[in-house]
Amino acid sequence: MKRLLALAVVVAAGCGGSGDKKATEVVLVTHDSFAISKRVERAFERESGLRLRILQSGDAGEALNRALLTAGNPEGDVFFGVDNNLLSRALDGKLFAPYKPKALDRLDDQFLLDDRHRVTPVDHGEVCLNFDRGWFASHRIAPPRTLLDLTRPRFRKLLVVENPATSTPGVAFMLATVAQFGEQGWRRYWERLRKNDVLVTDGWEEAYTVRFSGAAGSKGRRPVVVSYASSPAAEVFFAGRKLAEAPTGVVDSSCFRQVELAGVLRGAPNEEGARKLVDFMLSPRFQAEVPLSMFVFPVRRGVPLPEVFRKHAIVVQKPLELPPNAIGANRDRWIREWTATVLR
Amino acid sequence: MDRNGASVRLALGAAVALPGAFLGLFFAYPLGSILARGLTGDGSVELRPGVLWFSVWQAGASTALTLVLGLPLAWVVARFDFPGRALVRALVVVPFVLPTVVVATAFLTLLPEGQQRGILPILAAHVFFNVAIVVRIVGGYWARIHPRLWEAAATLGAGPASRLRTVTLPVLAPALAAAAALVFLFSFTSFGVVLILGGPTRSTLETEIYYQAARMFDLRAAAVLSLVQLGCVGAIVGVAGRLDRCVAGARMVAPESDVLVRAQGRQRVVVAGILGAAAVGLGAPLAALVERSLSAPGGYGLTFYRALGEETPALLVVPWRAALNSLAFAAVATGIALVVGGIVAAAVARSRATWLDQFAMLPLGASAVMLGYGFVIAFDDPPLDLRSSPLLVPVAQALVAVPFVVRILTSALRSIDERLRDAAAVLGASRARVIREIDLPLVLRSFGLAAGFALAISLGDFGATVFVARSDWPTVPVAIFRFLGRPGAENAGEAAALSVVLMTMTMAAMLAADRLGGGRRGL
Repeated sequence: MKRLLALAVVVAAGCGGSGDKKATEVVLVTHDSFAISKRVERAFERESGLRLRILQSGDAGEALNRALLTAGNPEGDVFFGVDNNLLSRALDGKLFAPYKPKALDRLDDQFLLDDRHRVTPVDHGEVCLNFDRGWFASHRIAPPRTLLDLTRPRFRKLLVVENPATSTPGVAFMLATVAQFGEQGWRRYWERLRKNDVLVTDGWEEAYTVRFSGAAGSKGRRPVVVSYASSPAAEVFFAGRKLAEAPTGVVDSSCFRQVELAGVLRGAPNEEGARKLVDFMLSPRFQAEVPLSMFVFPVRRGVPLPEVFRKHAIVVQKPLELPPNAIGANRDRWIREWTATVLR
Repeated sequence: MDRNGASVRLALGAAVALPGAFLGLFFAYPLGSILARGLTGDGSVELRPGVLWFSVWQAGASTALTLVLGLPLAWVVARFDFPGRALVRALVVVPFVLPTVVVATAFLTLLPEGQQRGILPILAAHVFFNVAIVVRIVGGYWARIHPRLWEAAATLGAGPASRLRTVTLPVLAPALAAAAALVFLFSFTSFGVVLILGGPTRSTLETEIYYQAARMFDLRAAAVLSLVQLGCVGAIVGVAGRLDRCVAGARMVAPESDVLVRAQGRQRVVVAGILGAAAVGLGAPLAALVERSLSAPGGYGLTFYRALGEETPALLVVPWRAALNSLAFAAVATGIALVVGGIVAAAVARSRATWLDQFAMLPLGASAVMLGYGFVIAFDDPPLDLRSSPLLVPVAQALVAVPFVVRILTSALRSIDERLRDAAAVLGASRARVIREIDLPLVLRSFGLAAGFALAISLGDFGATVFVARSDWPTVPVAIFRFLGRPGAENAGEAAALSVVLMTMTMAAMLAADRLGGGRRGL
């Protein structure tokens, strides 16, 4: 009880001394999926002499919009988690101040998305169709190999996807279909998916953990889902027991790249600290950590991958791609057209 | 007017300034800021009339169903003495305060494929959530009506059906109206349930505001929709308030021990049937959660509960800390809600100026995302740079809890027989003494109920909290949401385990509140 009271007092007093912390702490504004270990967090604090505070505000889309709301007078110093597919929204909203980290030469050019260095790439992952190996084995059906397969009658009622209006993997998969079938054909493809009873959810959580049959503990009945190339590795890692083979597989030809970027927020109270944090996010220590903390791939060359990734995550050789300026110019229109085609 | 009366009025007037300032600073100011920014900025204003219509009719249907299905249970709990009665009263509140994400997910796992989306799951979830309101508000009121009313009616030859029509329902009318208004409001502004169980094709005003603001970043459309929603909620609150005042009649207040009877003969079957049906309807989704929290890999066990003491990538703190945070936040929020709501109730019950009552109800009708955004842009400068302060969590929770405190306390204050007050005054008691010796003791029982509800609502709140909670100070519902957002059996299991922890805390809060109130029975 005493402890509770003490906590209550701390809570009530918490609004007080927020005045002069700014020089000694750096605040990272990010989405709910951001995660690093305490060990790496402490390493940053030791090296920089700054306390790291993490402010999470919803999923990637929500966090970005909340940051846009405060552009120029931000809630923190660094924003992490805008992806290549929503990048234009952040740049149009004048969210970031330019900063060019020294370690950029350690990165592949394909990840550098802004000539003016307002954003720095931190990790990448591929959004791909995943399938439930067990389901296809027991039903004696061959798993899908292409996007087009899913319009065939034997895949009726088997696919679950995320709504691109509310989910970043949903956006990526919609863009994958645009890249595959072109401006002329992608809507027809979705019409055919709709006839084949595609199921649409608002977010990845429901699609993967509730609807998809292949996720551990799920009672879902759909054996094909839009998720990540690293999801099979996550299934093995979180299985709670040893697995020789991942229970799920990936359709290689369906993948679309997602690069996650960070940037120094315009008007950051601690701009100096913000630059240190962006530098740290490109350091080998941080980069080596991202596979197991966020289930994505590092962008820095030569960073060793953990065993579960080497064995079970699929490294996509040739993901589907669209030019970034085409995405920026057309994304919101495509989302509206997708909604009209699939949901209305 | 005598001097005592004048000074009481003056004191009340001064006291009213406190809730007024609280609501003004933490509700009207932030919401006004974001609405102003939205209305003056760019954006589309493309309103789909279907959204408003769907909001209204699903809320109406949810309310009707909740009343019909909740009244039998309210009757059983109000009139009968049976083993475990206190437990039933506490259990029934658990669904109400569970985070919507948890319940919606539980429904998804229970419903057969193909039936998970659409209007029926939404209605079922709304009934599941809101039955507690009917059972507690109507039941609590019912339990204080003296059985002599029915006895008199029976003596005059009224059968059971006619007693229900001519005695019970009219007497219960204020409580029914209060409960119906709350259920309607909750269903009208329901967010998580509609978002998850409605699927992408169905939206209410609340989910459409969220979609426009948090997804498309179209603040203009969100602001216009918010005004429409506030207007609707204002109208509902106004009508409910009027209903409430119109149906005030004489009541006979009785101690619980005189009211409760043991069921006899055929009644036993009916009572057992109602309790059984409630147990299945309310228990199944909860049992599914408990089952999931215990299904560790390789058989049932406490693995997931033990994991709550270990670091996890899903959270910035060890999960059990979320339970401590929740308790601390909820305690502060309950304190704020009781002070603010108590003053509002006292003022409203004694005067005809009910604007404060209706003003206090409005936070229920404001979109959580817009209020959260409002906090972000309104409190961004010293001395009020509260954007990332943990204090905003209990403040946001209190905003949601205050309307309940006001409803519960106001209807208790109004139900006090005016003749008691008159008698005391005739005997020479001052107004202050009348409040102290008549109103206060009679209200204390309701005070316990209000405290329990406020605590439980604060513990389970998700919508208002999630937009202001700091990630290094997560509450239990926020932590559950984080776990649900990550893959794998471990995270799903820990989410279920935390849900069970939350259910237990809620039940403890309600049981304690009942005991607190129960200790004063007979006054």
